[in-house]
Amino acid sequence: MKKETFSVVNHSVLKIDGLQLALGRKSYVADLKPSDALYVKMLWSPHAHAEITSIDIRKAETMPGVRCVLCHTNTPRNIHCTAGQGFPEPSPYDTFMFDKKVRYVGDRVAAVAAETPEQAEEALKTIEVTYNLLEPVFTVDRALEPDAPIIHDEPEAHIPIPVPYEPEHNIVAKVGMEAGEFDQALAQADYSFDYTYETPYAQHCPIETYISMAHIDARGRVVVETSTQVPFHARRIIARTLGIPVRQIRVIKPRIGGGFGSKQEMLLEDVVALMALRTGRHVIWQLTRAENFRTGRTRHPIRLRIRTGVQKDGTLSALGMDAINNTGAYGGHGLTVVSCCGSKVLPLYRCDNIHFDARVVYTNLPVGGAYRGFGATQAFFAVETQIDEMAEAIGMDPLVFRQKNHIRTGDGSPVFQALGEGKEGTPMTIGSCALDQCILQGAAAIGWERRTPHTEKTGRYRTGIGMCCLMQGSSVPEIDMGAAAIKMNDDGSFNLTIGATDLGTGSDTVLGQIAAEALRTTIDQMIVYSSDTDLTPFDVGAYASSTTYLSGEAVRKAAVKVLNQILGVAAEMLEVPAESLEARESTVFSADGRQATYSEICLYALYQKNQFQIMDSASHITHKSPPPFAAHFVELELDTFTGCIKLLQYVATVDCGTAINPKLAEGQTEGGVMNGLSYALTEQYLFDSRGKMTNASFHNYHIWSMRDKPILKTILVPSYEETGPFGAKSVSEICINGPAPAINNALYNAAGIRLREFPFTPERVWNELQKKQA
Amino acid sequence: MNRKTITCKINGVQKEFLVDPDTRLQTVLRDQGYASVKFGCGEGACGACTIIMNGEAVYSCILYAFQADGQEIWTTEGVGSLDKPHPFQQALVEEGAVQCGFCIPGMIMSAKALLDREPDPSEEEIRLSMDGNICRCTGYEKIWTALHKVIAQGKGRES
Repeated sequence: MKKETFSVVNHSVLKIDGLQLALGRKSYVADLKPSDALYVKMLWSPHAHAEITSIDIRKAETMPGVRCVLCHTNTPRNIHCTAGQGFPEPSPYDTFMFDKKVRYVGDRVAAVAAETPEQAEEALKTIEVTYNLLEPVFTVDRALEPDAPIIHDEPEAHIPIPVPYEPEHNIVAKVGMEAGEFDQALAQADYSFDYTYETPYAQHCPIETYISMAHIDARGRVVVETSTQVPFHARRIIARTLGIPVRQIRVIKPRIGGGFGSKQEMLLEDVVALMALRTGRHVIWQLTRAENFRTGRTRHPIRLRIRTGVQKDGTLSALGMDAINNTGAYGGHGLTVVSCCGSKVLPLYRCDNIHFDARVVYTNLPVGGAYRGFGATQAFFAVETQIDEMAEAIGMDPLVFRQKNHIRTGDGSPVFQALGEGKEGTPMTIGSCALDQCILQGAAAIGWERRTPHTEKTGRYRTGIGMCCLMQGSSVPEIDMGAAAIKMNDDGSFNLTIGATDLGTGSDTVLGQIAAEALRTTIDQMIVYSSDTDLTPFDVGAYASSTTYLSGEAVRKAAVKVLNQILGVAAEMLEVPAESLEARESTVFSADGRQATYSEICLYALYQKNQFQIMDSASHITHKSPPPFAAHFVELELDTFTGCIKLLQYVATVDCGTAINPKLAEGQTEGGVMNGLSYALTEQYLFDSRGKMTNASFHNYHIWSMRDKPILKTILVPSYEETGPFGAKSVSEICINGPAPAINNALYNAAGIRLREFPFTPERVWNELQKKQA
Repeated sequence: MNRKTITCKINGVQKEFLVDPDTRLQTVLRDQGYASVKFGCGEGACGACTIIMNGEAVYSCILYAFQADGQEIWTTEGVGSLDKPHPFQQALVEEGAVQCGFCIPGMIMSAKALLDREPDPSEEEIRLSMDGNICRCTGYEKIWTALHKVIAQGKGRES
């Protein structure tokens, strides 16, 4: 099976929505707005931690153009979790639509819907709110002190799964595992290391900010058109938040202007839905860029203490991680992100003695969420920095050290079994791993053999070469489910409907390719539609690197069932046993050379004899989460006078199994690397003393442009994952994890400095250079 | 409110709008159905609203509609169609450069302004001309490749 020849998958077919988007045709939520829609504006909390002692919206309700005002006094008080995860969520229920307490600068206070955005803004100014200010908690250290203010003191707060939740101590979750004898191994190691790393707040920054629109259909149901990665979770959470049945709600996802995890939340939908129900009008709400920064979801800042032990021969004898995850004012994704610090990172290297202990802590700062990489990004910075350090200590080339220790096909890890998402994990043996080839090909591409020790470098400008290895997962095993339905049309084309949510990744195209391959047809015969809770089957949505691997297998299974129906009809038409038939190129052939085209077969089934609709569906859950693997390499030039870093070249190799669409897989890698580069070098949240982000603008939060683009080479290294559709694993998340550790290791190779936090701003690098000289 | 009627030529067609003095050009264009003009930041930083006005790529979100009075404007809708895409639009699709696609119309307008002016630009001219358009999906590699493909084919000035 491994060497099968594919006709559609593993080919770079054109992305099926590429041209419509390049032409600027109406595709996104904002493009669907009717001219008479109401506009929403929100009054956000100016305080990080306060009780609302009074709120008066009466004047706002009489302002020109105002049609609806919402606040905690006139909305349902149903505790929920905004994180779009499986049910019951591995996250606390700690959120109300509006609450009488605000917990960060940017928390909801009151919302207005008016005929124009300007009228809504004017009305907000007339809302009178008095606050009782509470001590804000801005650090995880303060949050964990015994006398710290309690951020979630509402009695309804709880977590719907059996894991520790201690809001009275500002603790969202605790998770950990032990394997072997960690303490003993650490004590007996030839060399041991103990460093603490801090990773910063950052944001996804999709160019389309959060946006949702709702209206009431002719039957009185509420229809929400929204930029979401999780339409089915959004429907469930809207129902809970508003206290209305799921059947009353339809969620439609049109094209999405990027998500990267930020839209794995229900953040705007409840407000537009309730306002549509109250006004009977179309209601649209789009966040401004500043609002998107301050109130949207972020990458959790995590403190990671890494303790490791290594023997002189290069054996990794102890690997320990203690993590404290700052989840901000609400706890969604906090537990699962920090679990992935362990589960997606610790298994990468063979080690018998493993320790992992993590806590998730509330603060009065912006809220963490799902962000591409999901904890692995933070943890790989720390672990891959320290791996380099260990190799240095024993005098081994860090590339060779990694080659010696990395996980291989056939290996398991106690971590897989111990750490799941809100529960124990799933035992797993690695079925496909081409990391050895990733390392070799990447090293050749960057010119690793040119690398010389930092001690031999002098002068103002010094070059350095660094590397790191990475893994991720593909879906959440035994939890995530995807389904697909395929219906045949009378010209031999097929409708493929999926709940899987293309947020710009190209998953509609990839899933269409998988269906076309299994149906023995071509991509132009596939009409792919995602996602609409009325029309498409369920899917958990676009997260956890699951769509290709999980939803793709559902699509493949559905396609096989439909192909069998096609062969059955053809057997009837050609009067031969179905087993003797062969399908290729939209035609069924009999052994004696006769044939029936797909169009003829469908017309026969629809109109001629024993009529039925050729269609079927399939669901899929996974029993493992096969990791993709990657090795990243960077060469940079450090200006030791200024601390400025100039990237000379970057090489990203990735083993994603069979690349269903190689160009799209490269695109995922290139985009992930670029995002990771600006995360490593320029992106950061700056706060004032009251907890307000001060750089909530693309002018002051620097996203890289084409001008900053380094020379980037992507190498897809094939392997074959037997459990994935046509051998595929995931590709979308892994590559964002590489730049921070690879650059840090290159800085060491350039000038002998190792940083424990980033972004690697010139100031921070320069300070480190001064420390080293002193 | 001192409303004023402005006239401008959009994608070759003469148009007339009654606008308020504080209305942004981006708002008028979107309200008139030019959906390619995206809202990404509203502060002249992301480039998703880029249009061509009198031959120059400009951010429509930080222009007042009044400033378009008497001017000639092109949006992505005027550059290509399903039947006849602009060579750069075609190249973007062929190279897999369109992921979420939200930044792409702005990219197209910046590139078109450059290519109309200089069909064979230097690397530095390309980097500077495209600097005002942010993409979070692609890492720019495939957009870069598509642009070079058009330039190499000598199709830069076609529209």
